[in-house]
Amino acid sequence: MLKYTLIPLLPFLSFLINILFGRNFIKDRAHWIAVPAVVGSFLLAVSAFLDVAGGRDINVNIYSWIVSGSFNVSVGFLIDRLSAIMLIVVTSISTLIFIYSIGYMHGDGGYYRFFAYLSLFVFSMLILVMANNFLLMYFGWEAVGLCSYFLIGYWFHKKSAADAGKKAFIVNRFGDFGFGLGVILIFLTFGSMDYMQVFGEAGGIAGQTINLLGYDVNLITLICLLLFCGAVGKSAQVPLHVWLPDAMEGPTPVSALIHAATMVTAGVFMVARCNPLFNLSEVAMNTVAIVGGVTAIFAATIALVQTDIKRVIAYSTVSQLGYMFLALGVGAYSAAIFHLYTHAYFKALLFLGSGSVIHALHDEQNMQKMGGLKKYMPVTYWVFILATLSITGIPFFSGFFSKDEILWRAYLAGDLGKFLWFLGTLAALLTAFYSWRLIYLTFHGKFRGTHEQEEHLHESPPVITVPLMLLAVGAVAAGWVGIPPIFAEHGDKIGEFLAPVLGYPEGEGTHAQEYFVMGASIFVAVAGWIIAYTMYLKKTELPQKLGAAFQPVYKLLFNKYYIDELYSKTIVQPTLKASDKIILGFDTYIIEGIVNGIPNLIGAFSRKLRKIQTGLLSDYGLIMAIGALSIIGVWIFLR
Amino acid sequence: MEMETTISLLDIRPLVPELTMICVGLIVILLDLIVRKKEVVAIVGIAGTLVALYGTYKLYGFYEPQSAFSGMFVLDGYSNFFKLIFYLNIILTICISFKYMAIEKASFGEYYALLMFATTGMMIMASAADLIVLYLGLELMALSTYILAGITRKRQRSNEAALKYFFLGAFSSAFLLYGISLTYGLTGTTNLREIASALQTLDLNGSPIMYLGLIFMIVAFGFKIALAPFHMWAPDVYEGAPTSITAFMSVGPKAAGFAVLGRVLFGAFAGMQVQWASILIPMAVLTMAVGSIIALAQTNIKRMLAYSSIAHAGYMLLGVITGTTGGLMSTVNYLAIYLFMNIGAFAIVIMLRREGFQGENIEDYMGLSKSHPLASALMLIFMFSLAGIPPTAGFIGKFYVFMEVIKAGYVYLAIIAVAFSAISAFFYLRVVMYIYMKDPKEEVVLTRSPSMSIALAVTAMMVLILGIFPSFLLNLVRYSILG
Repeated sequence: MLKYTLIPLLPFLSFLINILFGRNFIKDRAHWIAVPAVVGSFLLAVSAFLDVAGGRDINVNIYSWIVSGSFNVSVGFLIDRLSAIMLIVVTSISTLIFIYSIGYMHGDGGYYRFFAYLSLFVFSMLILVMANNFLLMYFGWEAVGLCSYFLIGYWFHKKSAADAGKKAFIVNRFGDFGFGLGVILIFLTFGSMDYMQVFGEAGGIAGQTINLLGYDVNLITLICLLLFCGAVGKSAQVPLHVWLPDAMEGPTPVSALIHAATMVTAGVFMVARCNPLFNLSEVAMNTVAIVGGVTAIFAATIALVQTDIKRVIAYSTVSQLGYMFLALGVGAYSAAIFHLYTHAYFKALLFLGSGSVIHALHDEQNMQKMGGLKKYMPVTYWVFILATLSITGIPFFSGFFSKDEILWRAYLAGDLGKFLWFLGTLAALLTAFYSWRLIYLTFHGKFRGTHEQEEHLHESPPVITVPLMLLAVGAVAAGWVGIPPIFAEHGDKIGEFLAPVLGYPEGEGTHAQEYFVMGASIFVAVAGWIIAYTMYLKKTELPQKLGAAFQPVYKLLFNKYYIDELYSKTIVQPTLKASDKIILGFDTYIIEGIVNGIPNLIGAFSRKLRKIQTGLLSDYGLIMAIGALSIIGVWIFLR
Repeated sequence: MEMETTISLLDIRPLVPELTMICVGLIVILLDLIVRKKEVVAIVGIAGTLVALYGTYKLYGFYEPQSAFSGMFVLDGYSNFFKLIFYLNIILTICISFKYMAIEKASFGEYYALLMFATTGMMIMASAADLIVLYLGLELMALSTYILAGITRKRQRSNEAALKYFFLGAFSSAFLLYGISLTYGLTGTTNLREIASALQTLDLNGSPIMYLGLIFMIVAFGFKIALAPFHMWAPDVYEGAPTSITAFMSVGPKAAGFAVLGRVLFGAFAGMQVQWASILIPMAVLTMAVGSIIALAQTNIKRMLAYSSIAHAGYMLLGVITGTTGGLMSTVNYLAIYLFMNIGAFAIVIMLRREGFQGENIEDYMGLSKSHPLASALMLIFMFSLAGIPPTAGFIGKFYVFMEVIKAGYVYLAIIAVAFSAISAFFYLRVVMYIYMKDPKEEVVLTRSPSMSIALAVTAMMVLILGIFPSFLLNLVRYSILG
């Protein structure tokens, strides 16, 4: 038991030690605490994985905080095949990113603080993944959000960073509000928040409806949609995707760990975890699928024209998360988790690689001012190439297998599925284009930065490049556990592994269909590559011309469909204005009246009452006597 | 009624812890004449307490409720749990008094001896199964605390406190004796169990005289617990007494009062729950009101904590009112938690005292976080706990009491309690606000000592641990009371 408890506990201890003793004692030695802790977690996670793979699921209650009737606030872990894979993903990527951070954050004033928050994040994420009840998952869910807020605003003296932190936090409020309601509704419906009990009883309430504002709503659908609200916020799906690109204000290791590999996939994990509920509601499933498909294409179009290297990758993340929800929505849970797992490696690699570039250029993030970095940073360049081959879905790289699985499952899932497959394939074309565009702008051509930057160009130190190379191994090979059965019998190891928890997707297609789907995705991957190659390497004047020719489209995309402006006009500004008014009128007179008035009133009362305390012994004796007499008196009268 | 009169030497055994405390107390007085270093005396006191603790533990080891002296004195889980509270109370008090009493120039052997005698009195109260034994214990405790309150002989406020406490205490003892004699007159016995059966056989549950006797006893216990309207002594005495004694008194006699209240009401008068609940409910509401409201206007932190301790007595009383075992357990649980958070808070108050500086005004805490971040964080923990904010133990204490109150059907009481609890948050958080959000007026130097650090570490750890892992204490309480 201790073994499993230690998995989240080690990072938590690292957090405690760093936050308590960091400022005065540990200072720039913080990684000596944090890295061993996360490595320890990783080793224990591997051991837990082996236990689970050996056929032993772990479902234990560690302790109960409050027990009151059926309301039970307990800490308990469920480590089954799903959470075991998540544990491996979270701890392995954390380990590499912690090591990378030693180099990347070197010399930063808040070095210990950075590692403290990062450790706290890992702890929270592990709790989220390992929880065996909804309340604990909710705790982890909120805690990762809080850490994300801390870390986005890590350089809080920078206004844009502080604002981005706030934005992430507030946007997530919208989603989490729904998620919280969902958890409450689960408790009200099932009288329990334990996964096993809820999932076990879910079948029994299928078809039950409750009356909501005069409409009869299917209970399960309502629960699922509320939970999905949380996923939309946390995993940055349309329409709550706006916070993620801004979150790139945080240090790059944070972007890689939290905003690419782990936290943002929490929504995917949650939906997969709740598959017994979602399976019961077609409405909820279709919603998930459509939101996912729309997000995949929507974010990909924005990524086409962005110039900030991290933002391109951020939109790419949003788009890839869309793929995962698409898969969840068509019932291909294991495909979603498979893509989550491969995506974690190649996306973390892209972020860390971009971090390496940004580092070399002294915090330059605009790709227009890069170019020709290939010869200065060969390691970074090559790992970037590998990650790009993977994300664009070139055969035999990780991303190919997981993306292909998603598209194939979508293709099999009826008419809606065919439409989603089309969206997904189109998004794959765009993905290939913007990914290679990033490579060509950054690493090829001539250097477009300042002369001074050029002189300082250098490859990053081994503490940065070694984690990159390790991640590159993952980016290339992680997908080899999910080879489609048409290539190898029992090649889809991950799908079969997850089948006991997530079920194996139904639907059979012909080999011809499968080759067609695969061929289409390979075709668009190569096509996107060729277009990018032509536009950014051969005919470099083409982008300019195209941009001029399709000015309105270009502007629309460059400004991210004006969603931020829309929210600003319709929600943010009116809220601010209204709250200004509220502060002026309502708040000053009514709230302040109550907040200050009641204590003032009680205070005045208190000062009056205090006078009874005369300090005279005889008065005290008298009051005691009166007290005793009045008790007797009251009793006589009431008798 | 026939009385068993043979008393054998074996009857002494359950009393070993009490006898140990008395003997070590006497040794401490003698030692004081020989030894220069008062630290030695204090350490002997702590060691004696630990021996007594071991004795209690050993006796608990072959635990079967034992009784001695013809059933006048019992040793059971209930009494032993209270004794644990008393032991911790005296040990922590000695730890925090050490340096402080030296500053107050009152570090005599008698100080430690009296602490031990008072604790013995409380232990006897917890074990009393007979009203006479109960009275003996209560007087031993009371007489010792009267002196302790006035032990800083040169300070007028201390003298005043002792004198007031003494006179009003004597007044309350009169109530108690009157109540006992009425009960004896009706039932012909002072043994609690026999009273219970006499109430049944003689059908006294509705008797007005019996009721009067009960009221008088409740008045006396209410005085020790500081329930309104019998709390008037508390603010003056708490403020005037040396701070370490205030800490001691705010926990020990209160716990002892609850021990006998629970024992008498649940042991002898269980059949009259409706009657005593109707007396205690208005008292509880009044107590919470007086405690929470008047504390708001205080500028002296000891006085504020005095009112806070009155308010807490009100919450604890709610558990007793339910008349259920669960309710009693929630009260006992609350007492144990209160021990840590209250002594912890007083420990910080004591640290501010130094030669030529009282440090008793709330304003003295302004900006403490700037110069003493650790002490400030500890005070924050204690204040949060007293206010009942999770994840501190104070929240757990309140949560379980309120839950039991609701279970027993007194929903309105729980609502009233939560409301007063919200009001009381105001003055606890004000201290926190002064510490963290105001600028320091003058530099504060803290008086440190190793024993003080130990006491602070223990109390703060317990407040956090019991807040996060409450089941440990809850199980101990359940085991103690249900067996």
